[in-house]
Amino acid sequence: MSGILTAAVHPTIPDLITFIVAGLMVLAGAVGVILSRNPVHSALSLVLTLFGIAVLFIAQQAEFLAAVQVIVYAGAIVVLFLFVIMFLGVDKRENIESDPLRGQRPLAVVLMVVVLAAVIALGVNAHWATGVHHLVGRTGTPASNTARLGRSVFTTYLFAFEATAGLLVIAVVGAVVLARRPPESTGEADLEESEALGTGSDADGELGDGSAAALPEAAAAADESAEGMAPAGSEPA
Amino acid sequence: MIAPALLSPLLGTEALFDQGVGWFVLVVVVIKVLVAFAVLMGAVILMIWFERKLISDMQSRIGPNRAGPWGLLQTLADGIKLFFKEDLIPDQSDRFVFKLAPYLALLPALLIFTVVPVGGIIVISGHPIQLQVADPPIGILLVLAMSSIAVYGVMLAGWSSGSKYPLLGSVRASAQMISYEAALGLTVVAVVLITGSLSTRRIVISQSPNFWDWNFFRLGVVPFILFMIAITAELTRPPFDLTEADSELVGGFNTEYSSLRFALFYLAEFMNTITMSAIVVTLFLGGPDGPIPRFIPTSDVWMPILWFLIKTFAFLFIYVWLRAALPRLRYDQLMDLGWKRLIPFTLAWLLLVAAFVLSGWWGLGIALAVVAAGFLLTRAFAVGQGREDLDQAVLPPIGRRVLPPQLLRTPPTAGDVGPGPGSEGAS
Repeated sequence: MSGILTAAVHPTIPDLITFIVAGLMVLAGAVGVILSRNPVHSALSLVLTLFGIAVLFIAQQAEFLAAVQVIVYAGAIVVLFLFVIMFLGVDKRENIESDPLRGQRPLAVVLMVVVLAAVIALGVNAHWATGVHHLVGRTGTPASNTARLGRSVFTTYLFAFEATAGLLVIAVVGAVVLARRPPESTGEADLEESEALGTGSDADGELGDGSAAALPEAAAAADESAEGMAPAGSEPA
Repeated sequence: MIAPALLSPLLGTEALFDQGVGWFVLVVVVIKVLVAFAVLMGAVILMIWFERKLISDMQSRIGPNRAGPWGLLQTLADGIKLFFKEDLIPDQSDRFVFKLAPYLALLPALLIFTVVPVGGIIVISGHPIQLQVADPPIGILLVLAMSSIAVYGVMLAGWSSGSKYPLLGSVRASAQMISYEAALGLTVVAVVLITGSLSTRRIVISQSPNFWDWNFFRLGVVPFILFMIAITAELTRPPFDLTEADSELVGGFNTEYSSLRFALFYLAEFMNTITMSAIVVTLFLGGPDGPIPRFIPTSDVWMPILWFLIKTFAFLFIYVWLRAALPRLRYDQLMDLGWKRLIPFTLAWLLLVAAFVLSGWWGLGIALAVVAAGFLLTRAFAVGQGREDLDQAVLPPIGRRVLPPQLLRTPPTAGDVGPGPGSEGAS
């Protein structure tokens, strides 16, 4: 039960093994995201990365962050990614010879170097939220870890927390507004579609509009294109 | 009612590790893991038999009765049969993911059981040992994390099969699990709020010594009911089994699976049912809490375990009962129930619980506010009833899909209650 950074200063053998294994998981996942030809394999590699990060969090005694990492990112966000990939039928090998933007690759390299340099510079020079460059000591027993995090989020950083919540709501409302159909397409075609699918109820709220109404349609689309959607190739992720 | 005094000195978590981790502690941990695994496997085999037998009774059939006494060995026989079946991998499948998916389905089911406290504490050669594989400080969050991971097995199985019925089954499953996870999490928050800890053992301890201290009573019965609905949907058990609706999707996501891989899915499904029953017992019914007859020697060791088993068994019975009694929901009913009823209800009840934890006056104020808000919402729905029809739409129908009257299944004046399409959602 050593403190956060005492473990980092004097790593024991199990600490080291955990760090190396988790680090390898993160890196292998990250490389897999980029190199997989199949978007589904990329998404799965992303899950591997997120799990590796969760393990690293646990090694730092940040159990709450680890759990949230798995629940939110692996359990919800990547599931949503996969969902969209399956619905849109883009789970085929991509043609990586042609770039959507001209000069995309050199630009990506430049950006990567700049961002990496910025992160390293910040890591070397900045004083983080604790106000000091680095900190050695206990954050308290693991059981109170969550309580402390909650307290600081709802007191010191309340404004940032609420602002983030507002931002998320704006994003949801924005997505709903963007997904609205133009007036002329609300006519016959839609009605026939929902009639054919037997969806008798439409949604009142925004959430319902996104899920209850959109899903059966997409399921139909998936049904039609099921032939073309067969997973291509059998390369391991 | 006798207090299970053995639970009260347990306030410190991980008592086993307090004296350092030696070989004895390691052996204990390994034995715990093995016993939990073996017991869970045995329980799954019995559960499959129990479900088949009970549902036969409810449907006036005999059910399995050939292998062993009362057909008890039927599951073993099925397992051996599956083991020797040909292992098919469809041509159109994604081989790697196809082989990976059954294990992804099984792992979360196994991991969730590790945090369930099945009994009190026993002392062997001076070492206090908790009857629970692990008691991590994030206990109940681990359950949520694993139940959110469980969707991968189903989803990837359906997709990687490269065939349309499994794909439809898996798409339904993922949508369903995402939808009900919110309600599930919010009811768990209510439990955590009143316990003040995420550890499953603390949750259990806080519900002793009397049965009216169980969260079932302390939180009002509503969160328990909401949790049961949400967890049944998470398990994709009837009446929420759209994932493997036999009449529509052949067999759902596992249609293309055969042999051992199919057996793994089957195992995972029943194991999930058992672990989730155990979680319900832990969260709402005091886990191993119950009266202990002290005059019988060593009864304070096995009596809590017995209580835990009895309570869990009751929920297993309820799951089978639900399957025999209820028809499957339609897709839109499922989404309607999840998003428009469960989530608002859980949110409102969470507010109430939080206010009452703060103080009685706050509780009263929030209760009034919730009642007022609920009344306003109901009124708004009643006023808006029928305004989506083409001729009397108030808002310009941009982005709203206006339904012609012939699509509506019930008249807009129908005053039915419940998750049917006839109430506010349908007009």
